[in-house]
Amino acid sequence: MSYLIKGETADWELVIGLEVHAQVISNSKLFSGSATSFGADPNSHVSLVDAAMPGMLPVINAHCIDQAIKTGLGLNAVINRHSVFERKNYFYADLPQGYQISQFLHPIVGEGMLEIQLKDGSIREIAIERLHMEQDAGKSIHDKDPRRTYIDLNRAGVCLMEIVSHPAMYTPEEAAAYVRKIRSIVRYLETCDGNMEEGSMRADVNVSVRKFGETGLRTRTETKNVNSVRFMMQAIEFEAQRHVEVWESGGEVKQETRLFDPDTGETRPMRSKEEAHDYRYFPDPDLLPVELSEAQIDAIRSAMPELPDEKKRRFMAELGLSAYDADVLVAERETANYFEIVAKGRDAKVAANWVISNLFGALNAADKDISNSPVSAQNLGKLLGLMANETISGRIAKEVFEIMFETGSDPEKIVQEKGLKQITDSGAIEAAVDQAIADNPDQADEVRQGNGKAIGWFVGQVMQKTQGKANPQAVNKMLRDKLST
Amino acid sequence: MTQANELTITEARDALIAGKLSATELTQSCLDAMAKAGELNAFITETPELALERAAQSDARIAKGESRGALEGIPVAVKDLFCTKGVLTTAASHILDGFVPEYESTVTENLRNAGTVMTGKTNLDEFAMGSANVTSYYGPVKNPWKLDDGKDRVPGGSSGGSAAAVAAHLSLAAIGTDTGGSIRQPASFCGIVGMKPTYGRCSRWGTVAFASSLDQAGPMTKTVRDAAIVLQGMAGHDKKDSTSAPVDLPDFAAAITGDIRGMKIGIPKEYRIDGSPAEIDAIWRKGTDMFRDAGAEIVDITLPHTKYALPTYYIVAPAEASSNLARYDGVRYGLRVDGDSLDEMYENTRAEGFGDEVKRRVLIGAYVLSAGYYDAYYVKAQKVRSRIAEDFKKAFAQVDVILTPTAPSTAFAIGEKMDDPIAMYMNDVFTVPASMAGLPCLSVPGGLGDDGLPLGLHLISKPFDEETLFRAGDVLEKQANFTAIPAGWGAGQ
Repeated sequence: MSYLIKGETADWELVIGLEVHAQVISNSKLFSGSATSFGADPNSHVSLVDAAMPGMLPVINAHCIDQAIKTGLGLNAVINRHSVFERKNYFYADLPQGYQISQFLHPIVGEGMLEIQLKDGSIREIAIERLHMEQDAGKSIHDKDPRRTYIDLNRAGVCLMEIVSHPAMYTPEEAAAYVRKIRSIVRYLETCDGNMEEGSMRADVNVSVRKFGETGLRTRTETKNVNSVRFMMQAIEFEAQRHVEVWESGGEVKQETRLFDPDTGETRPMRSKEEAHDYRYFPDPDLLPVELSEAQIDAIRSAMPELPDEKKRRFMAELGLSAYDADVLVAERETANYFEIVAKGRDAKVAANWVISNLFGALNAADKDISNSPVSAQNLGKLLGLMANETISGRIAKEVFEIMFETGSDPEKIVQEKGLKQITDSGAIEAAVDQAIADNPDQADEVRQGNGKAIGWFVGQVMQKTQGKANPQAVNKMLRDKLST
Repeated sequence: MTQANELTITEARDALIAGKLSATELTQSCLDAMAKAGELNAFITETPELALERAAQSDARIAKGESRGALEGIPVAVKDLFCTKGVLTTAASHILDGFVPEYESTVTENLRNAGTVMTGKTNLDEFAMGSANVTSYYGPVKNPWKLDDGKDRVPGGSSGGSAAAVAAHLSLAAIGTDTGGSIRQPASFCGIVGMKPTYGRCSRWGTVAFASSLDQAGPMTKTVRDAAIVLQGMAGHDKKDSTSAPVDLPDFAAAITGDIRGMKIGIPKEYRIDGSPAEIDAIWRKGTDMFRDAGAEIVDITLPHTKYALPTYYIVAPAEASSNLARYDGVRYGLRVDGDSLDEMYENTRAEGFGDEVKRRVLIGAYVLSAGYYDAYYVKAQKVRSRIAEDFKKAFAQVDVILTPTAPSTAFAIGEKMDDPIAMYMNDVFTVPASMAGLPCLSVPGGLGDDGLPLGLHLISKPFDEETLFRAGDVLEKQANFTAIPAGWGAGQ
């Protein structure tokens, strides 16, 4: 946890708070019936409400409320029975109403907690302040015309959840683990697709530094436009360094909103339109407060899937996996499901190893992911079954796996067609062993004279003669018997 | 002989059913009257072709025995705050220049489905902000009531065009909107019936918003019964408006029985204002006497927070308006005045597009919501608003209806109070408290003031108890027997 920036005058520590904006998975927008799908033609998903035509009124999309509750429960947070949508007033061309409908004093989700695991194996709990719902703005496109700005309102009104952490992270690694964990949870819950590249998840990063040992917080800056975990870590490091330099040179860090530039890895102050806003929040008189019943919350709670933390604990306690393996396997719900099918009724550690090493390795090399894996979980399970009942050896299994990965075939069929079944008939093995000894009398003598290493060489010879199908343990034993003095 | 445009809805309905009158004839007589009444400036847009087309459809339905009911073929003038599909909608503001909606407000859609014939879009104070219909970009409306002094009177506001249209028999009925008194005060000034339903009774969808927590559409008619019939056609739950109440619609006209014996009428002492003209006290006393004569029981009540209502209203309404009007930015529709930057375009557009009163309220609203003032103004105002509502709740534990004057004066001359916004705001002193509590209210012509101009009596009832309001209002109307008509606008003229 210690992450210190060496300055001229002191060691500085870093304090990070994150605001994660997660686009809610829903067919329609937060307050209108327009579609939310990504990549449509500009302004093709815009209703009269989204365009803020005179007299248009918002109506809350109940599904979005359920999604927020679900996410709140996933963040181990308090669900507020009473919450209020307010108007955040400011002018901008891609904000048709002249205000954003958001939650301010009474968010739908209150204090929560997220557990993160760090590389050194340690576990930290990060306190979450709140989750509130709000509508997204549209998109301004400045580079199509030298004089004019184009506006695309497809995104205007799409439901976002803003998940606000306490300033409770102290290293870029913690911030990264936190964002990955949120991503994992919302993907498990299917409340957000977590796609940072398409902007359906983005983070605003609040950074401040303080001298090691100081307890208060110094002025923070907020960096926007951070659309990957890697960029976020870069932005944090850059800002931290910049703050230290400012303080040490006798200056004062200005509280401001900054923009991250992925090309340079640096941040710079945002345009002046963001300066000194008074948003004049007040409850939106077009909407009633959101009143939730305990029964409604319970219904959502009882339909919650098993979440990564719980799953991880189960994998460790019941299946005997290491914390590392369990962590890797539970990060994505799909991977965890895949693993569970592979491991069902089989050795879980072997299954974990195959999924993590062999499958992930092959998928990475082929630039694929688990959702389009050519090897189905059922087939990988069968392959492990073939090894377990000694139908094939581990070496042959790797060969079969490669064929499976290329063709998507059933391992049993591959073993059958290619005649890869392990030779367990001791007569056939014995013939191959005798042949090998007869063909290599010198090497045989070496073994007899006590050169243990040479026995490995003989095993290789026999395996080669049997195209790898002989059971290597059986070969080894037989060679030892025959070459013992 | 009475001309068709001078009929009440009830009379016209009977004539239509009896085949003595066609919807087309009825509509044409209104259109003719409108053509002669240009000087009133009651309409911003007249829609004669559309009206005759709809009248013909009504006639066809009546001929086939498929009449849609009491409102079939009835001409109705629509305040130009309701969005009407394919018809210019201005809110009487320059900033909505050329705005032709592609949608129809729920209220006007409901009325159309009930068979009414829209004759045009009536003038109003800009964005419904005003009490004299003098802030319209399209010029002031003249009250059809005139005195010998040669000065034109205001019709009241903001639904001044609608009130003038009904008073001058340009339409059998009109619809307006009421935020702090915008239906009732002009009804009082023009000698007609004006009704503000319970907040949530009529959908706000498609009505240009002024102050969302207060705005409510309502009927403006010649009789109380007509108001009940028109409200029946306008109201109803609408899923598109989250603040629309999911309650059933009673048969409003059926509530009019003529019998209010034993009904308890509350007289709030706080509505007696120092310096109030004697004619206001007189009309109020007259109303009290009429109720007593009809067999009602008069009960003195107290509404202690009344004096805070107007100042509170002038925090809440502008606050909401400042935000509601942010969408008029020149980006997507209406007026755009270019500038060298986005901010400059906003400034130019809004500076040119909004009139002084709108600017004043946007500024007040932005001020009371701003950091450092929010708690002192807006939050405090909401607390006071709750107290006002509690006052009424307590009072309604004792009485069925509350009786007050509608307005503190008769119609004043155009040009008066123009340089004194506070004096102008005082027009709504009697109507605003019930608005703050979202209660249904009705203004019924009670008689004439000392100057011979009409004065209304104001009735308030419990939430969603419009039925009691109509029953009481009808009795009051009959007792008052208000038959005066504005000179120059009567039969045969």
